[in-house]
Amino acid sequence: MAHSYTPGLKVLQETIIDKERRLPLKGTVTVEKGQSVTPDDIVAKTELPGNVQMVNVANQLNIDAIDVSEAMIAKEGTLVSKDEMIAETKGLFGFFKSNVTAPVDGTIEVISDTTGQVVIREAPIPVEIDAYMQGIIKDVIPEEGVIIESEGVFIQGIFGIGGESRGDLAVIVDNREDEITEDIITPELAGKIIVGGSFISLSAFKKAIQMKIAGVVVGGFNYYDLEDILGYILGVAITGSENLGTSLILTEGYGKIRMGRRTFELLKRHHGKFASVNGSTQIRAGVIRPEIVIPLSKDQLKGEHKDADASEGIQAGSLVRVIRAPYFGRMGTVIDLPSELRKMESETMVRIAIIEIQGENVEIPRANLEMIETD
Amino acid sequence: MELRSILATDCGSTTTKAILIEKIDGEYRLAIRGEAPTTVEAPFEDVTKGVLNAVMEVEELAGRKLLDGDQIITPRKGDEGVDVYFSTSSAGGGLQMMVAGVVKGMTGESAERAALGAGSIVMDVLASNDGRKPHEKITRIRQLRPDMILLSGGIDGGTTKHVVELAEILAAANPKPRLGQNFKLPVIYAGNKNATDKIIETLGKITDLDITENIRPVLERENLKPSRDKIHDLFMEHVMQQAPGYKKLMSWTDAPIMPTPGAVGALIEMVAEKENISVVGVDIGGATTDIFSVFQKQFNRTVSANLGMSYSICNVLAETGLKNVLRWVPFDIDEKELTNRIGNKMIRPTTVPQSLEELIIEQAIAREALRLSFIQHKSFAVNLKGVQKERTISDAFEQTDSGESLVDMMELDLMVGSGGVLSHAPRRQQSARMLIDSFLPEGITQLAVDSIFMMPQLGVMANIENEDLAEVARKAAIEVFEKDCLIRLGTCLAPVGTSKSGATVLTAELMLPGGATERYKIKFGEIIRIKAPYEPIKAKLTPGKGMNIGAGKNESIETTIYGGVVGIILDGRGRPMKIPTDPQQRISDLTKWSEAVQEYPAMQDQGLG
Repeated sequence: MAHSYTPGLKVLQETIIDKERRLPLKGTVTVEKGQSVTPDDIVAKTELPGNVQMVNVANQLNIDAIDVSEAMIAKEGTLVSKDEMIAETKGLFGFFKSNVTAPVDGTIEVISDTTGQVVIREAPIPVEIDAYMQGIIKDVIPEEGVIIESEGVFIQGIFGIGGESRGDLAVIVDNREDEITEDIITPELAGKIIVGGSFISLSAFKKAIQMKIAGVVVGGFNYYDLEDILGYILGVAITGSENLGTSLILTEGYGKIRMGRRTFELLKRHHGKFASVNGSTQIRAGVIRPEIVIPLSKDQLKGEHKDADASEGIQAGSLVRVIRAPYFGRMGTVIDLPSELRKMESETMVRIAIIEIQGENVEIPRANLEMIETD
Repeated sequence: MELRSILATDCGSTTTKAILIEKIDGEYRLAIRGEAPTTVEAPFEDVTKGVLNAVMEVEELAGRKLLDGDQIITPRKGDEGVDVYFSTSSAGGGLQMMVAGVVKGMTGESAERAALGAGSIVMDVLASNDGRKPHEKITRIRQLRPDMILLSGGIDGGTTKHVVELAEILAAANPKPRLGQNFKLPVIYAGNKNATDKIIETLGKITDLDITENIRPVLERENLKPSRDKIHDLFMEHVMQQAPGYKKLMSWTDAPIMPTPGAVGALIEMVAEKENISVVGVDIGGATTDIFSVFQKQFNRTVSANLGMSYSICNVLAETGLKNVLRWVPFDIDEKELTNRIGNKMIRPTTVPQSLEELIIEQAIAREALRLSFIQHKSFAVNLKGVQKERTISDAFEQTDSGESLVDMMELDLMVGSGGVLSHAPRRQQSARMLIDSFLPEGITQLAVDSIFMMPQLGVMANIENEDLAEVARKAAIEVFEKDCLIRLGTCLAPVGTSKSGATVLTAELMLPGGATERYKIKFGEIIRIKAPYEPIKAKLTPGKGMNIGAGKNESIETTIYGGVVGIILDGRGRPMKIPTDPQQRISDLTKWSEAVQEYPAMQDQGLG
């Protein structure tokens, strides 16, 4: 049977979700294998080396680099406070002395007799990693982090901003075609993950930020409005470090595009449940898509899993979404995957799939199809 | 050593491409090509799987056995296997470096040139005079996590203070490599030799320090090769060792694996040297655009890290502005909707243009990506600043002012395009027009595209050090490059200067194959395409009043030019070229130029233009 590998986004109602939580530098893991964790639990911590200030003592005292060691009052390894004198010249008969003070609190790390520079390192910066989602510690990576396992709903979006967030899920529209408008973003939604249909406007998203909404999951948003939110034009899709307070996850793309039926229905079914979301997106080799995780308790699980890594590709009968004009955003069923190349209107020769979209059979380049992986 | 059968792969970020070269009737030709998705990322995390899949495709098409289980059969046993196997790689983001020099425009620039020439992406150039405070530099080093750092600075015997200061900044940052938390970061020192002891003292313990010859031993001379070689060695020893499956791949190859752009550069350098010509090569990818040039026997490479056709397509839009893209589109379009469409290409980078409208927009963006990349290249490919120049190639050549761009479009002989949007454009006329519009060649310039992007594999073959293999592999690379790699599009004849509408800017008398002489006159603002195959054509070119076709204003030239699959393109739009700002006039001109070369013949049928 004809078969084609097509990247797809996961919309899974029940699966095992593994999350690696890793420190940027080696440190201490604070939990044990098998332990249950909630999203706010700290699982690992470390200290990043403090910021460094370099002081050119030779220049400031107008002496040669080789004489800096002698002029230093504070030696290597000494703790110094801001404005504390760290070096002084002998002066002339005890007069006309020049000195240098520490610009920050820190430790004298290096005194260089080649350059006359003194390196002062500030106190280490503590870093803690939380669990992000509810689950069990599946594995401990010694000194580096943990892998947390959870069971539940796993949905990937196509693009997001705003990093990690969490809260109760609130589906605030009736249909997947509906927009999230300003008037339906109310104060009682603060701290929640709100779910809409096809679109959220710039003004509505700004209101969501203002109302301290934890996250917004919606079909589309205008690309050109991102600049207003981010403060710069997004040139490459690498996001996650924005400090917005409200994460935004688009399930379909830029523009007004109704949310995929299965995605919408799945989210609707879990209205009110606690969810963890991550808007971080990286579209490069090693792609990272934004995600929505809804951990489910044992009594909520039916026990019919699908492996989250399964990527079987499309074949006749597969449900797919068209991801480029002229049928952008439409869903259809694969009828056939002819092996020979076909010429498109653009005269590009491509491998195609024949898709049935609302009773009509159309030819679409396979590269313009996205598999919707469902269970 | 006689080679009858050569297998070479290029492991790209998304696709691994394999080519099989065979010696047929005394000459080397491309026999078969195959490809498969690259398998560096999860769930496979072993690059050799993608290599084996690509070779398996070659094996099936060749109808002979190349693999024995999970092994490439080498050396050849009768009809089975190949004599040698080579590979290049840019998977996993390629080689990412940070370079440092004392003066940004001097040793900083030399270090950057060495790193780029070795095939690296340069993430940042640190310099004593770059305007950043030490703590800002330290923060930057920590953020970037490069694969390695090249530290240079000072001429031999000069002051050591500044370069040691840079080393102290590096030490304070205590940088970590991108791959492998447990390894020390490789640092190459290629600066003032008198500072070597101090550098070892400062960086020896906390980094994996390697010392090589000074990149700028005296102000008047650059010495890039030792640093380039050292970068290649460390790429193999450190970076590749950390990447999944590369240890195994390295054990298979008969020569060191080269970074893909380094191999392409080596090939372009070789072609320019062999033919004694000036060459510009461009590879426009999804994330980056690489430009290579050889002018006055000097090789330069630049990478525009965020100008590309998919992952970085929105950055092209951000850098050039929507207006500059739209000036290449011969129809009206809703601007806001267009930005959403381009945004959607960025987040779904593997899609292809199905409609003609989408294709035209994509090719308009490509023109801007190429144009901006070339501006960056021109400003980087310059003579050594502040001195009368002399570089690694000792041949005598014309002296020009210091700091002046080496890129002289009138001097350019051959332009080679590669990358999906150029190599796979549905019509070759489209590739020719994109190259002409974005690079604006002057005078007489041959145009070509790399048919299936096999320059990396041929580049690694052209750059082999093993004496037993070097000569024959180089011969094979040259033969395949000329016969199978390049698709000759033709020649662009573009007189320089401006004129009045309707005035003749060039008269071309061409003795076409078969002996007939034909005369063409091109008026200002027009384009003419003459169909002619890739064969020598005697030409007498007479520029219009005030115009220059290569011999000076108003001077005629008698020369030999070549046609190609597109033919000869007479570009009468003048240099500098201006596109009308009035929308109606612009659409009318764009449509006229398109029709002249049959770029989009179906445009009218689709209701566009």
